[in-house]
Amino acid sequence: MEIEDAEEHMLLSMGPQHPSTHGVLRLLVELDGETVVNLAPDIGFLHTGIEKNMEAKTYTKALVMTDRMDYLSPMSNNLGYILAIEKLLGVEATPRAQAIRVILTELQRVASHLVWLGTSALDLAAMTVFLYAFREREYILDLFEMVAGQRMMVSYFRPGGLWRDIPDEFVPAVRHFLDFMPGKIADYEGLLKNNPIFLKRTKGVGVVTAEDAIAWGLTGGCLRGSGVNYDVRKANPYCGYEQYDFDVPLETDGDVYARYRVRVAEIWQSLRIIEQAINKLPDGPVQISDRKIVPPPRSELGKSMEAVIHHFKLWTEGFSVPAGFVYLAIESPRGEFGVYLRSDGGPKPARVHFRGPSYVNLASLPRMSKNLFVADVVAIIGSIDIVLGEIDR
Amino acid sequence: MNNHDLVVEKIKQSYPDALEEIYDHRGERTLYIRKADLKAVCQFLRDEPTLRYNFLSDICADDMLPDFPRFAVNYQLYSIPHNHRLRLRVRVEDPEDGPETVALIWAIATWLEMEVWDLMGVRFKGNTSLRRLFLPEDWQGHPLRKDYPLGYEEVQFSFNFDEINAKKPHATKD
Repeated sequence: MEIEDAEEHMLLSMGPQHPSTHGVLRLLVELDGETVVNLAPDIGFLHTGIEKNMEAKTYTKALVMTDRMDYLSPMSNNLGYILAIEKLLGVEATPRAQAIRVILTELQRVASHLVWLGTSALDLAAMTVFLYAFREREYILDLFEMVAGQRMMVSYFRPGGLWRDIPDEFVPAVRHFLDFMPGKIADYEGLLKNNPIFLKRTKGVGVVTAEDAIAWGLTGGCLRGSGVNYDVRKANPYCGYEQYDFDVPLETDGDVYARYRVRVAEIWQSLRIIEQAINKLPDGPVQISDRKIVPPPRSELGKSMEAVIHHFKLWTEGFSVPAGFVYLAIESPRGEFGVYLRSDGGPKPARVHFRGPSYVNLASLPRMSKNLFVADVVAIIGSIDIVLGEIDR
Repeated sequence: MNNHDLVVEKIKQSYPDALEEIYDHRGERTLYIRKADLKAVCQFLRDEPTLRYNFLSDICADDMLPDFPRFAVNYQLYSIPHNHRLRLRVRVEDPEDGPETVALIWAIATWLEMEVWDLMGVRFKGNTSLRRLFLPEDWQGHPLRKDYPLGYEEVQFSFNFDEINAKKPHATKD
């Protein structure tokens, strides 16, 4: 970072261990009194070389690494990566698997937005919302445990479908969630929407115009908070999103409050999608029948030599993917999550690259927080909704 | 005419020499652009009213070892007004002599190019803020390159001795 006036200004290091930086993010802030003159994010504290590691694993085994990037929305990461593999293979999941993928990623969006809502409000000293939001998130994590056996690192979506079908108690549990959740959102809104302190801390803070938002590659709530209508689910539908009736919430102010409004409205829309998907959940298999991609069920292993061979081949060597490269984007809770995947024809990816929405959105932080107070920087970080695991990868 | 063909025709009209190759795979169009023309083509693609690729999703580099040219840089463009995705791909022979920065066209490019420099070591001409982003300042090498070991040594047998030897870091330093 270039320092404007080293004599008069103070250099402050914020983080990496600071609760309001939402993870291990270090900010180098140049201050004139309490006003931010300049700011530079310092990242990489969580860098674990995920892209490099994935090149050394088969496509299926590399899946578990995607959970650990954006640890607040592992389902979305899994989905993006799996869809990229399926695109390279030229296969499509069954209708039932697609509907379940939609239900789970939308639940994930709600869970992720709840964490964002709780923590960003906590940064502005609204303690209560945090406790409420985490209570409801816990319910969603229990749903994930029901289907995947894991609360967070789910790895439930597999190439060609799902790990296994959902259990019987899942649909009633989701219906129960849809029943009580609207009242809870109304509670959060009651605490924040017209709260004078919250309004004062968020309105007119960190304003981004629509042109700037596009030039800076913002996506997700940050982009739609500035009034640009771009949602990957509408623009390039995947997993059958075109069948569901939902709106893309837009706000035009481009400030922290607008992003708050957009994300809360997105929770409502997610509930609408989940309800539609649950109501018309198709029957049928959750995996495609291609044994070269999907391992055979265990019951077949005792009876069929063919099944044993497929099982053995898939878990030792993996499946080979035709050479070529694709880029696939999905709408994660934080914005456009893109996967660039290149295959050289072998069973391991030749190159995996993730376009993490947090990573790109973070780049705008210095511009957003220029000439504002340190306290506003905290509000802005909360509103960008970053996850450091995804930034550093 | 669909957008895939429109963009090719427009580029051929304005920059006849820039387009090296067209590659279609799984419904995605990739245009191989000559390195020297990249910046002009990007500017054109953003400003041409019928194309308007105003959103740069991503820049990522690819190491094609043992092929030559060894590196390729991908630009994922998206046109919000026309809802169309396009990938530009630039072949890079010498990573120290990479493509020109497109930061003046899409501001986010500075930040994306920093990541490419840190992990793949492709230097973008004109980007003055290239520095270590994820790795410590004194880190040696660029880990996403194919000749950078993952942290263990592959076992060499007589049938793959040369292949593995060629991938070792000392082999490429001459």
